[in-house]
Amino acid sequence: MSVAKNININLKVWRQKNAKTKGSMETYKLDNVSTASSFLEMLDQLNEQLVNERKEPIAFDHDCREGICGMCSLYINGRAHGPDTGITTCQLHMRSFKDGDTIYVEPWRSKAFPVIKDLVVDRSSFDRIQQAGGFVSVNTSGRTIDANATPIPKHDADRSFEAAACIGCGACVATCKNGSAMLFVGAKVSQYALLPQGRVEATQRVLNMVRQMDEEGFGNCTNTGACEVECPKGISLENIARMNREYLAASMK
Amino acid sequence: MAKSSILSSSIAKKVAMALSGLFLVSFLLLHVSINLTSIFSADVFNECSHFMGYNPLVQYVLQPILAIGVVFHFVMGFVLELQNRAARPIAYAKNNGSANSSWASRNMIISGLVVLAFLGLHFYDFWFPEINYKFIQGMPIDETRYFPELVHKFHSPVRTGLYCLSFVLLALHLWHGFNSSMQSVGFNNKFSRGLHKLGYAFAIVVPFGFIVIALFHHFNQ
Ligand code: HEM
Ligand code: SF4
Ligand code: FES
Repeated sequence: MSVAKNININLKVWRQKNAKTKGSMETYKLDNVSTASSFLEMLDQLNEQLVNERKEPIAFDHDCREGICGMCSLYINGRAHGPDTGITTCQLHMRSFKDGDTIYVEPWRSKAFPVIKDLVVDRSSFDRIQQAGGFVSVNTSGRTIDANATPIPKHDADRSFEAAACIGCGACVATCKNGSAMLFVGAKVSQYALLPQGRVEATQRVLNMVRQMDEEGFGNCTNTGACEVECPKGISLENIARMNREYLAASMK
Repeated sequence: MAKSSILSSSIAKKVAMALSGLFLVSFLLLHVSINLTSIFSADVFNECSHFMGYNPLVQYVLQPILAIGVVFHFVMGFVLELQNRAARPIAYAKNNGSANSSWASRNMIISGLVVLAFLGLHFYDFWFPEINYKFIQGMPIDETRYFPELVHKFHSPVRTGLYCLSFVLLALHLWHGFNSSMQSVGFNNKFSRGLHKLGYAFAIVVPFGFIVIALFHHFNQ
């Protein structure tokens, strides 16, 4: 790996006071950014500069800063989570940029993810989809059956695990030209559909989750495959096909 | 859950789009096969065309189904396009679509619109004269008129060029459409990779066949 150096960059960042106001792209200059710093650290540095200038710092989402919580969003230079694939924004480093670069930073754009402030969007539409069916009803009285008591084919367990890796970040929606949430919902439907414990409520689950997805105003999938490329957890398009099969089967019942 | 909301769901629309698209795909295969005979034998082409033009099953059952299929497909295409645009009210200032998806997949509405415009020209060229001949003028059956009509149409270099251009856009439509429809109906498994190759081959071979026919008759007169 190359030795870290300092670069000077220009930033074009979406600023919006609150959900009600109209926002706009603002230009900032930031000098002496270490290529070893993460993208979010760079934004911290910009915010320090803004605070020193007695200006309002930029609001952006983050929590774990290690690629597991899904909070950090950001559409960077025209791509969800920036130029690399298979990562979240907190895993993006400034070594992906060059001295003198102009970097666009925008919030996720979706009717179902309204902007709250600056780069922060409201992703509670995902929560409502989950609440519509993304669970298994189990009796937690203490008499639960050991999960390993039910044999599950390795292939199914692996596919289910892969689907369950979805962190609900919303990059799939943000990158989709149609603002479709089908990769997310496909993953959430699949993680249960593949396991015997999830079969019990499978019919209602897929019908309810898809209905909620549609009600939230997400677009319709046209299979461009952009979501799969940008998903930080490598969720496969297979999950969308599985959801479609589940939905077709459920609607016949 | 109410059946009506199932039918108007995003997945139902996707499946309807895929099935109507696949139906049109099967029609294209038949159409190109018949037209290709015109390169080898005027008689065979006349015979096939006469059959398609006068067989009651084709005329009164298959043709209306085809017409409904085409209209359904593009109306649904517009509906989906409008809904999808509404799902992103504010556009990105900078968007790098080519980083993660093909041009063909992102511009189905454009390739579709070109094909639709072509269909307008095509109807004007072949379908209206046919209706006029058979039903308005009430002309007698002539089993040899089809080949000369076809050759005549490809006399004009402008028309031949427009036909060829439309077929290139049709190829792009199918390049994404064929495989997309498989995914829409839920077919994505260990056979998909092989099927994708078939889809790409279809997307090239069928429009290319139409191009060859147009160019052949243009230069062969
Ligand atoms: C012979 C003519 C045509 C054939 C064979 C054809 C075939 C297809 C196929 C197979 C698909 C994929 C469906 C899917 O994604 O599941 C498709 C999608 C599409 N078609 Fe066509 N099509 C034709 C004409 C048209 C026309 C005239 C339009 C008019 C605008 C159109 C607009 C669209 C659009 C917008 C889509 C994408 C919709 C989506 O994926 O949700 N097509 N077409
Ligand atoms: S499917 Fe991938 S991109 Fe979409 S929410 Fe889940 S982890 Fe994020
Ligand atoms: S901050 Fe948790 S995934 Fe980026």
